[in-house]
Amino acid sequence: MSNTRRPLNALKIGTVALVALALLPHVPGLGSDFGRSLLSQMGIAVVFALSYNVLFGQTGLLSFGHAVFFGLGGYVAIHVMRAINHGLPLPMPLVPLAGAAGGLLCGLLLGAAMTRRAGTIFALISLGVGELVYAAMFMLPGYFGGEEGITASRTKGFALFGLDLGSQLAVYYLIAAWVLIAAGLMQAFARTPVGRMCFAVRDNAERAEFVGYDTHGVRCIAFAVGALFAGLAGGLHAINYEIVSADAVSAQRSGTVLLMAYIGGAGHFAGPILGAVTLTWLQTSLSGYTSAWLLYLGLFFVLTIRFAPGGLAGLILMHGPIFHTRSFRRVLASYGIALVPTLVMACGAVLLIEMSYRLSTQPELGSRMRLLGIAVDAASVWPWLAAVLMLAGGFLGFRGTWPRVASAWERASEEAGAHRAVEAS
Amino acid sequence: MARHEHRVVSLALAAALFAGSAAAEVRIAFIDPLSGGGAATGILAQKTHQFYIDTINAAGGINGEKIELMSFDNKVNPQESLIQLKKAIDEGARYVVQGNGSAVALAITEAVLKHNERNPGKEVLFFNYAAVDPDLTNDKCNFWHFRFDADADMKMAAMTSVIAKDNRIKRVYLINQDYSFGKAVAAAATKMLGEKRPDIKIVGDELHPLQKVQDFSPYVAKIKASGADTVITGNWSNDMVLLIKAGKDAGLKVNWETYYGGTAGSVTAIGEAGVDTLKQVSEWHKNATPELDATVAAFDKRYPGKENEYSYWRAKTMWEMFAAAAKKAQSNDPVKVARAIEGMKMQTSLGEVEMRADNHQILQPLYVSTLAKAPKYDVEGSGLGWKSDAKVEGKDTALATSCKMERPR
Amino acid sequence: MLELATFSLLNGIVYGLLLFMLTSGLTLIFSMMGVLNFAHASVFMLGAYLSYQVGLWVGFWPALVIAPLLCGLVGAGIERYGLRYVHKSGHVAEILFTFGLSYLIEELVTMIWGRNAVANNVPAAVDFPLFTLFGSTFPAYKGLMMVISVSMLVFLWLALKRTRMGLVIQAALSHPSMASALGHDVPGVFMLVFAIGSGLAGLAGVIGGFMLLTQPTLAHAVGPIVFVIVVVGGLGSLAGAFIASMLIGILQTFAVAIDYSLVDLLRALGFVITRSTPSYEFLSIKVATVAPTVPYLLLVLFLIVRPRGFLGKRDV
Repeated sequence: MSNTRRPLNALKIGTVALVALALLPHVPGLGSDFGRSLLSQMGIAVVFALSYNVLFGQTGLLSFGHAVFFGLGGYVAIHVMRAINHGLPLPMPLVPLAGAAGGLLCGLLLGAAMTRRAGTIFALISLGVGELVYAAMFMLPGYFGGEEGITASRTKGFALFGLDLGSQLAVYYLIAAWVLIAAGLMQAFARTPVGRMCFAVRDNAERAEFVGYDTHGVRCIAFAVGALFAGLAGGLHAINYEIVSADAVSAQRSGTVLLMAYIGGAGHFAGPILGAVTLTWLQTSLSGYTSAWLLYLGLFFVLTIRFAPGGLAGLILMHGPIFHTRSFRRVLASYGIALVPTLVMACGAVLLIEMSYRLSTQPELGSRMRLLGIAVDAASVWPWLAAVLMLAGGFLGFRGTWPRVASAWERASEEAGAHRAVEAS
Repeated sequence: MARHEHRVVSLALAAALFAGSAAAEVRIAFIDPLSGGGAATGILAQKTHQFYIDTINAAGGINGEKIELMSFDNKVNPQESLIQLKKAIDEGARYVVQGNGSAVALAITEAVLKHNERNPGKEVLFFNYAAVDPDLTNDKCNFWHFRFDADADMKMAAMTSVIAKDNRIKRVYLINQDYSFGKAVAAAATKMLGEKRPDIKIVGDELHPLQKVQDFSPYVAKIKASGADTVITGNWSNDMVLLIKAGKDAGLKVNWETYYGGTAGSVTAIGEAGVDTLKQVSEWHKNATPELDATVAAFDKRYPGKENEYSYWRAKTMWEMFAAAAKKAQSNDPVKVARAIEGMKMQTSLGEVEMRADNHQILQPLYVSTLAKAPKYDVEGSGLGWKSDAKVEGKDTALATSCKMERPR
Repeated sequence: MLELATFSLLNGIVYGLLLFMLTSGLTLIFSMMGVLNFAHASVFMLGAYLSYQVGLWVGFWPALVIAPLLCGLVGAGIERYGLRYVHKSGHVAEILFTFGLSYLIEELVTMIWGRNAVANNVPAAVDFPLFTLFGSTFPAYKGLMMVISVSMLVFLWLALKRTRMGLVIQAALSHPSMASALGHDVPGVFMLVFAIGSGLAGLAGVIGGFMLLTQPTLAHAVGPIVFVIVVVGGLGSLAGAFIASMLIGILQTFAVAIDYSLVDLLRALGFVITRSTPSYEFLSIKVATVAPTVPYLLLVLFLIVRPRGFLGKRDV
């Protein structure tokens, strides 16, 4: 591994990302206003989740109040937008910078005190600060507009080169540009000496302190950088929705960004991106199909922690070393076999959950319902029996096929190991 | 144009996915909480709207077209609502129905206004059935928004008109949630009591954080120490129920004048603590008419169970008025329907209702009622129910407006 | 004035004891296992629902015993089939796991009992005024709550310091391999601790259920404040948690009674304050309005002055 290859790689990845981002809103299915709005939302979530990971994945700070900086940045941005509406000569596309500045300022102020401790204490403190800031939103409606928030227009005012943000497509491109810039900067930050010190502080704070680094200072810088990009995301939010309200700083939003980073995989730079895109999609789509979507989300999260601590990115990257081995096909084949009982198990679980939900929360819709394309009657015992059988049978089948996956894996990694040994000699 | 084609394709796709039948339909987007904390009220409203839409469809629809209700979950979040609004418009909705939360309503009305400015010919109408911030039909009114619920000030006017006649009331305590709505209630109460009964002393004006207080005993101790005989509160959900329960525990004897004493689950939670003391202002309650309205009875039959306690009478008014307006306009086009609905008057079993043309606020009879034991029709099977104290006719609920309506040419 | 002061003190003590009841199980789990259980408030909520349900079948008093036992079982299951495996990935993973569980429990409760509050009214057995003071009544169930809360404190203290079991638990925590070598079932001890902690949450839920509202958002409503107490009291310190609960309860209650703002203070000091003074909006917030945020203010204060809390012995 040589360092000279990196810039090239970064350039290549950057170009691919640029082209992909440019083409996405014209892909059929995403070409509607809604599709573009979804993409914009994903872009905002990506910046936010990445900024969270500067704290969490990089520095090891588990925060339950990251939305504070998202929200405060958003408020600064929306106030700047209002000023632009009233004649401030500033081009609208630069508004996210105001959000970033707001986030940075708050991050420095609060971070200096908050990052004195890491670990559990920090987690609790972030929770408390989050609650405090949320409460302040309602007590100071002059600044924050209370529950209904502050609104502005992204089209009124000074326009640079006649650039108009009226259409969702224009907004999407603006957000995409900022996503690229922010992601590039955050990636670059990880490569700076301070960025690298973050990893050291995360892995062993005592040791880092011992060799002469100011761990509080490093944490504080990482925190401020995280806050800066969270504020930037808040600024993008302000442009996209033209409204910022108290829910922008809510505990719920802080929880969501945590889920995004963790489910995506906090250990890898691409993890939060994956998590942000997946969760945003789940939030807007799954909730249209089932009222139990929060349960599925929770289940998904708990299962990730229990069985895949590396998140989605970790799962994918795990296959990197064995990708080129001959046994990789066997691994894929074993996956295919294990997938069948897994799906049966999942179907059983979905059936059980959906039927229970129907009976307890929507009894008036009757017990007859369509699930997975099949008509079932939750009042009769048969679908329940079938669901339980599917769940249990699927579980047993899964247990049965698992040794196969394990052995295929073992063989593949042996091969990969041999391969590496040959290369090294 | 490529972009245009995409839209056509995705619209066609959406239509194929969601239509189910080829006949023309009027698509209505219902955007309210269907999961999470606010879901209970959102889902109840969804059922009520569906019920009346089915009634209209069974009678042949409007102008020969059936109405289809499409539901979108906004989790009572203004931002999420705007996403869902976009989704709804993409799927062909030209009417939006929402009610839970004034913050959401303000976000939607503004987004609808912007959408209609940016997309002439594809206008969308917004029917608000429950968000009561007075701003919506005053400073922030617009041509596309219609409110079918009385606003916070109108309800306070009704409440204070009853208080004004009760000479036993001497000392009033205001306790409200610390946000725009709570403050609006407090301000309206102070102003209207000052006009109608200057002799009443306001002995306390409390604001507490929204849905954060677990133990209301300290507030009750304060109310007690102030010697109040009546408490006015706009509190809803937990904040109201916990307040009244704490009052009962301390043996506090006051009248509770509330906005939301009758909302789903409240009576069950408050129980006997509220008998004879809990009052509410609403456009309807089960004992408003000697016999239960036929549609309410039909609703109860179709949706049994405690979670389905009928409470959105205004939905009936809304859909009947919508159907009448579409008939009058001889079109289902939102702009024409909007013009027809402006200033429309209608007779209902409770009295005359009118959609004001100047600010799109409905005028409907309001009832002030008290919780009583063993009424003719009880609430949530609790054995308790509402009894009318007074009725204010629709025309008497009108208040001055600061709305400067801009109409499309 | 005396009346209001007396009641504020009484209400403060009652609220403080309620808070302690909520946190004691969490403190136990944390001091013993180092696990900050985010699902604690959810187990508390589960206790409220279970006691309601069991109460419908067999009455209040049996439910007071059965519901906490069921919660203890749930806790044991969580430790045995979840936490034990997550433990390897460190404390952060443990916190996240319990955080995820809190989502799950909320949805499960919705799935079983629906979204609206259930009619979990004060049981007739304890629904009478205990005494009357200045014309205000004091309900019996609050008395019951105080008794339970104080006995929790005594029980935990005795169990940990005065029993052989407590010694084994402490040994298993500080020197797991040694305790294990001496023939003690260390994983079993962890499971037991988690079960007892959850059982205490369940017991708090039985009382808290009808004092507050038994609905799916209950856990979310009490969750954050529980953690504030743990921090202010000193992570893992039982006595610290007790003192912090009482302090927060009393402070908050008294704050509610104060109708003054910074504006009044500044005016008293001779400043001229008008509506056009900069940040008038901020200065004019009444103490009473801020009262429910007192715990969080206290949290920040402690963070600056004494990060280990009242009686904490260690920083984490």
